[in-house]
Amino acid sequence: MNEFIAESAYFGVSISLFAFFIGTLIKKRFKSAVFNPLLITIIIVIAVLLLFKIDYDSYYNGAKYLSYLLTPATVSLAVPLYQQWQLLKSNALAIMLGIISGMITSLVCVLAFALILRLDHKDYVTLLPKSITTAIGMGVSEELGGYVAITVAAIVITGILGNVIAESVLKVFKITEPIAKGIAIGSASHAMGTAKAMELGEIEGAMSSLSIVVSGLLTVVGATVFSYIY
Amino acid sequence: MKYIMQLMIILLISFVGELLYYLIPLPIPASIYGIIILFMLLEFKVIKLDQVKDTASFLIEIMPLMFVPAAVGLMDSYDILSKNLISYILVIVVSTLAVMVVSGRITQFFIRRRGEARE
Repeated sequence: MNEFIAESAYFGVSISLFAFFIGTLIKKRFKSAVFNPLLITIIIVIAVLLLFKIDYDSYYNGAKYLSYLLTPATVSLAVPLYQQWQLLKSNALAIMLGIISGMITSLVCVLAFALILRLDHKDYVTLLPKSITTAIGMGVSEELGGYVAITVAAIVITGILGNVIAESVLKVFKITEPIAKGIAIGSASHAMGTAKAMELGEIEGAMSSLSIVVSGLLTVVGATVFSYIY
Repeated sequence: MKYIMQLMIILLISFVGELLYYLIPLPIPASIYGIIILFMLLEFKVIKLDQVKDTASFLIEIMPLMFVPAAVGLMDSYDILSKNLISYILVIVVSTLAVMVVSGRITQFFIRRRGEARE
């Protein structure tokens, strides 16, 4: 059976889709931010794989086609960005200050924890690019001599976490301006957060998309500078 | 025909992004070049919004699904994370929360200050 699953072109995608469908149903039924569709999907898929003793590679053999779409989907984020361009230009200063302060906060947090927890230099540079989109983060980690696999895991956990906590955090800290919401989500949790921002609204989605690009590019420079500090 | 055209534009841009990643020795992925290229093409009216909009909206709508494979991959990362698991989790949770609050509040502060100045 495992051999068949490993060869199957449709198992990975269909189990992911089905789990996501269940996740969306649960979210609709309970309407609470606690029931995050992405998180539910991940739990269901991992549970099914463990239950039927299917290894990750067999699942990924089919599921890789979902990852394949990630580049064209990210390119597509230019569309909401273009549609909100006027709004963006007229708030350019606030937006840039927000994104830059987010990037610095991320780097300073990692530095502070490295000092407190006495992490070694390699662990420190591994975590520096954790808030940015995977592909840039991997490159930065490699460049600075970090553990690339751990960087990827940290980025993915950051993304899931951001996606899950976004609605509650924005509410508790009274961040209500759609532009500010988008910038907050995109700066903290890259494209996985942006998927959540898109659910909240077009402005939120566009601003979050912008944060991925700007924050990602700035972090290439910022993380390099920070790598000399500790 | 509509979808063939739209899909062609988006995938061609993705390909050009890949090409730039290959040619330019920076850790900037194809998707980031692609987003900038598509934006420029729209802004300078080389392509019209209608020529990409439906396919782009479809891809964005199913985007959360595309993160599932990588996230499920965490089930195999336990071994590499376990050495410093608590430190990693602590850094990730605190910094994600801090970044979200700081960037959101600062953006909101400057938007409102500008709004008040105008009145």
